[in-house]
Amino acid sequence: MKKALLTGAALLATLAGSNAYAERDYISIVGSSTVYPFSTVVAERFGKSSSFPTPKVESTGSGGGMKLFCSGVGEATPDITNASRAIKSSEIELCAKNGITDIVEVMVGYDGIVLAGSNDAPQFELSRKDIFLALAKVVPATDGSDTLIDNPYKTWKEINPALPAKKIEVLGPPPTSGTRDAFVELGMEGGCKKFPFIAAMKKTDKSKYKALCHGMREDGAYVEAGENDNLIVQKLVANPDALGIFGYSFLEQNEDKVHGSIIEGQAPTFDAISDGSYPVSRSLFFYVKKAHVGVIPGIEEFLAEFISDKAMGEDGYLADKGMIPMTEKEYKKVVDTVENLKTIAAK
Amino acid sequence: MTNSNLTTRQKVEASMARRRASETRFRLYGMASVLFGMLCLVVLFGDIFSKGYSAFSQTVLTTEIYLDADYLEISTTSDEQALMNANYEGLVKNHFKTEMQPSGRKERRQLYSMISAGAGWQIQKEILADTSLIGQTITIDLIMDDDVDQWFKHDHGNDDGSTRLSEAQLGWLDSWVESGDLHTRFNTTFFVNGDSREPELAGIRGAMTGTFLTLLVTFLLSFPIGVAAAIYLEEFAPKNRLTEIVEININNLAAVPSITFGLLGLAIFINIFGVSRSTPLVGGLVLTLMTLPTIIISGRAAIKAVPPSIREAALGLGASKMQTVFHHVLPLALPGMLTGTIIGMAQALGETAPLLMIGMIAFVVDVPGFINDPSTVLPVQIFLWSDSPERAFTERTSGAIMVLLGFLIIMNTAAVVLRRRLERRW
Repeated sequence: MKKALLTGAALLATLAGSNAYAERDYISIVGSSTVYPFSTVVAERFGKSSSFPTPKVESTGSGGGMKLFCSGVGEATPDITNASRAIKSSEIELCAKNGITDIVEVMVGYDGIVLAGSNDAPQFELSRKDIFLALAKVVPATDGSDTLIDNPYKTWKEINPALPAKKIEVLGPPPTSGTRDAFVELGMEGGCKKFPFIAAMKKTDKSKYKALCHGMREDGAYVEAGENDNLIVQKLVANPDALGIFGYSFLEQNEDKVHGSIIEGQAPTFDAISDGSYPVSRSLFFYVKKAHVGVIPGIEEFLAEFISDKAMGEDGYLADKGMIPMTEKEYKKVVDTVENLKTIAAK
Repeated sequence: MTNSNLTTRQKVEASMARRRASETRFRLYGMASVLFGMLCLVVLFGDIFSKGYSAFSQTVLTTEIYLDADYLEISTTSDEQALMNANYEGLVKNHFKTEMQPSGRKERRQLYSMISAGAGWQIQKEILADTSLIGQTITIDLIMDDDVDQWFKHDHGNDDGSTRLSEAQLGWLDSWVESGDLHTRFNTTFFVNGDSREPELAGIRGAMTGTFLTLLVTFLLSFPIGVAAAIYLEEFAPKNRLTEIVEININNLAAVPSITFGLLGLAIFINIFGVSRSTPLVGGLVLTLMTLPTIIISGRAAIKAVPPSIREAALGLGASKMQTVFHHVLPLALPGMLTGTIIGMAQALGETAPLLMIGMIAFVVDVPGFINDPSTVLPVQIFLWSDSPERAFTERTSGAIMVLLGFLIIMNTAAVVLRRRLERRW
């Protein structure tokens, strides 16, 4: 019996060895966990309605996806990477170093980041400045001078008398998350630069400015609740005094349990995010390796499915999944980019 | 009896109560810890089962639908392309539009959103199986959207149930419930489909096949290697510094966190040998690294348990060392080795951390057919579903956990039964 097993293993090894290098016939997608829900819907529909196999979508995070994407050309590397932010110039350089010079950037749509509370609690009306003062590690001194002190605020009322006298308790994702990056950049920094002396610092001492505006407090008011947004929703229901940070699609799916706080006078609604009036929203992208188009079968068809009206359009199935479609003008630009496979000009 | 004896006796008697009390206390501690453990288990299982049992039923709507050849633009049934690409989804939507008469665009969209995106594929499947159905009216159980599914299974009947459905949708649903067309059936979809982004269409077959293929690779590699290593180290290897170092390292490897093996797999199998990511092959290779120490250690223990008299008898009758080992020692040690292997496999079955590194955290719809097709495994599927926004995935997460637990229990029972049946005592 052992002999049989050994030969079996040897056979398996040779079979696998020869096949591991066989031509890949499916599209390989990696990248952001925020774009993952949308990318997968398109992949599934594409697989079911075309003669191509369903693309494989991995959730690796924006940064991890870029690293894989830029690791070289060839079928061992992914064809497309999703990102919840634009590609960085350092990543373009890394790509170029590994022989990837033609990258096509496709914007997918918008995603709003909400600061949500349980439906059992009243709705908060916040400004970005309130958010910064509530969650930053160091804040300007309360006496109005240009000195910085450790965040002294315990309740929302201390920050803004219009807010309830509730303890500051915000559940959010850890630093590895793209949602956290975007929240910090759009929400925190947005409030941070309302202080003139901090805004001035941006020019004089950029790294200090960044540390100041992006530093979250670590004294328990901001609770890192992990990458699982469902968990944050559950915790909000159990604890109506807390607020939670997550993407709009989770708010939409749980509207009967939680509501989004009003930020700068705008509630996070579908319309407010799509016309840009809700301040904490970001664009989602994916990047295509042009060298793979025509080599790996189905990439062009997949792109066509992604930008089709029934997917990306205002009433498309991506909107049903919580993605906010872009404006008509932006959409036309995207269609043009994809149809002509326009690469991003080397920055 | 002397006086001093009496006092000793009295002393003993006086201390008896205290000693008994301390024994009773100790027993109570023991019982309390067992009870606490049991309670945790009951709460955990209770939570999973109460959330997950509903994953095994599915809400469907019995519908009579006319398969209009003109609408589907199918002129000849031999045209396969037309059969594949016909607008079945539109047909279903059209059917409900004429039947329910929604007023205005908003209501129409609400109506369409109640029927699963898979309804069109259901019709497509029927037609591809039997093309003579075109032009006829068929009765079919159409799968409903996850929101309807959740409402019917959980909120239907209690008024305070909050739901994402609108007034108009609830009105239609009530009429379907009254006519008896809306009902639940056993959720076969859950077992025959691969992953999907629509909860009502998502299933575990892809993940189960992936698990099976991954474990097959793991078994085919780790069992022979592990057994060979155990036999060599126990029976043939000289006892010196070198073998001692090897032994210590094997014991250390068994305690290495599993994610480390994932990193190793990424560096060696993917980056150097170029095995493709996200395949059962690379997953199996990584899990082999992880289970090998377990198999070697249990294999050596099983060989050690074979009494030396058997070896001596065989050698005394003129068998060579090799014959002694393969004809006498190995058959007696095999049950113990198998038990160790099954336990190692059960460990591998529940592992996610090393697979994270090698790209098995992926959305894979097509059921893998061979060890180099992209796939996921059950624990990864559970992880992915638990992170999905759609609420209906919660019950599917628990459902998949139940299936995984079932497999684990079966494997561990098999290990126990094997040991009981085949074990020999000397």
